[in-house]
Amino acid sequence: MRRRRIHDKFIEILLVIATIAVLLPLIIIIFHVIVEGVSALNYEFFTEELGSPSRAIQGKPTGLVHTILGTIVVDMLALVIAVPVGIGAGMMLSEYPDHMLNPTLRIMNDTLNGMPAILKGLFAFVLIVKPMGTFSGLAGGVALSFVMLPIIARATESALLTIPWTIREAGLALGIPRWRVVISAVMPAAKTGLATGLLLAFARAAGEAAPLLFTSFGNNYLPDQWFGFIFNPVDTLPQRLYSLAISPYSEWHSMGWAAAIVLLVMVILAFVFARFVTRGKVQLK
Amino acid sequence: MEINIMKSKDLPEETLKTVHSNTENQKTVMKNRMETKNLTVKYGSIYGVKNISLPFQDKTVTALIGPSGCGKTTYLRALNRMHDLTREAKIEGEVLLDNKNIYDEDINPVTIRRKIGMVFQKPTPFPTMSIYDNVVAGLKLVGIRNRSLLDEVCEKALKQAALFDEVKDRLKTPAVSISGGQQQRLSIARALAVEPEVLLMDEPTSSLDPQATLRIEELIHVLKKDITIIIITHNMQQAARVSDKTAFFYVGDLIEAGDTNTIFTNPKEKQTEDYITGRFG
Ligand SMILES: Nc1ncnc2c1ncn2[C@@H]1O[C@H](COP(=O)(O)OP(=O)(O)OP(=O)(O)O)[C@@H](O)[C@H]1O
Ligand SMILES: [Mg+2]
Repeated sequence: MRRRRIHDKFIEILLVIATIAVLLPLIIIIFHVIVEGVSALNYEFFTEELGSPSRAIQGKPTGLVHTILGTIVVDMLALVIAVPVGIGAGMMLSEYPDHMLNPTLRIMNDTLNGMPAILKGLFAFVLIVKPMGTFSGLAGGVALSFVMLPIIARATESALLTIPWTIREAGLALGIPRWRVVISAVMPAAKTGLATGLLLAFARAAGEAAPLLFTSFGNNYLPDQWFGFIFNPVDTLPQRLYSLAISPYSEWHSMGWAAAIVLLVMVILAFVFARFVTRGKVQLK
Repeated sequence: MEINIMKSKDLPEETLKTVHSNTENQKTVMKNRMETKNLTVKYGSIYGVKNISLPFQDKTVTALIGPSGCGKTTYLRALNRMHDLTREAKIEGEVLLDNKNIYDEDINPVTIRRKIGMVFQKPTPFPTMSIYDNVVAGLKLVGIRNRSLLDEVCEKALKQAALFDEVKDRLKTPAVSISGGQQQRLSIARALAVEPEVLLMDEPTSSLDPQATLRIEELIHVLKKDITIIIITHNMQQAARVSDKTAFFYVGDLIEAGDTNTIFTNPKEKQTEDYITGRFG
């Protein structure tokens, strides 16, 4: 008896150590990012556009408001495209496994999932930038939606498959059409899994710089009109972070760290939001 | 009865039916609400049931009995096209509802299932819905929004399923928060709420206490005035109590079917007798 208790304790300690080993690098990174970037996080950072390097060097007001707004616009565009299509594809895969289009859909999804992000950017370039004749937030959104799509589709499929078949049968036996059973009885039951999938997709896409290089391209200035965020070249955090980091100006380096903090906060906020949405009311309304 | 043959021929069909069902001689007159003809269900190459031909008369209760694994559930699920979802299941033969094969090309399975309700062996509440929403799901999810109608239907169905008193104060709480037996009665209420014309029940009382079982059996007696019921049961007393007809299945075959009285008192087949008297199964 006694020996078993000691054994239990030992395993417990091992688990704690393992947990710390996983979390420690994460904590170090976050800590480092905050230490390096917090000095650049002032009022102007959130209200001014970047402009040319001389602004920062001469101490004139400069910031990343256009980058933050651009990121929000591009990520939202990507979500708007990827969520319905991705959830639809996931539903198709899990709910209509015998459908003749499904093998093709699965191959396409897996291919997209395995495709390097830079190629997704190229894909969006050919699809949107070429015909439009300009880099744009829209092209960036499309490129990021290619990042999100396979993740959402996969997560939706597996979330729906965890819901027992008996639930669907019970719905059908009441004379409810199949799609309605899926939407009203199966999907709500799988909502935690669905939200987790959306989040993973968002977090993954929000951090991607590669697909944006030749789609949203980047911009040092705010657009003249709001729709400039959609139809003109747009700045985004991951990509701006990179260009600030490789620039020769130390003022821009600390702005790069600050950009990293903002990106981190965005992703964390998304997680908190998703938790909030999936908890709460159990009733379907 | 003074109605002569000439006269009764002139009567409209509806009236005729009433007249006849009031007479003792029901057997020859009552029409078959459902019927299976040479119905075979295969899972891949394995037979679930083989060549079952069986009539179900309107407004009667038929009990399906037989040892575990003999194909009762398989057979029952074929009657409202539940096997459509099971990839490996293949159906041969016919299932007639009012003399029309429900597997015909031009039949919409959704309409069929609306008429032929089903209560499953295990409770299957919709996990995210409240008790109330579960009961009226069959109406709400096809677009019926009339609040007072839904309230009415909900109360009636819960009362029929002998659950109302236990849950009337917490209709808005999640359905998964009630006990297993209560969930089973909830599933029964949900099936009744859409007012099916035929009700398939797969061991509906196997998770219920004697009191609730009795209430469900009483319910079956009441329902039978209006609808046709086919019930699977492992409880011989229950089969004898609730059913008019009994069909005995054994390893995928229909061994014997007929009036419950006859099956229980004077079975033709030895296998039937052995099963009923508890010698096997
Ligand atoms: N989805 C399936 N795939 C393959 N075989 C199945 C499937 N469902 C049932 N079977 C087989 O069909 C036979 C009949 O099963 P069924 O569930 O109809 O029996 P049952 O009479 O309802 O038994 P019980 O009284 O235990 O509920 C069994 O041998 C079972 O293994
Ligand atoms: Mg069974």
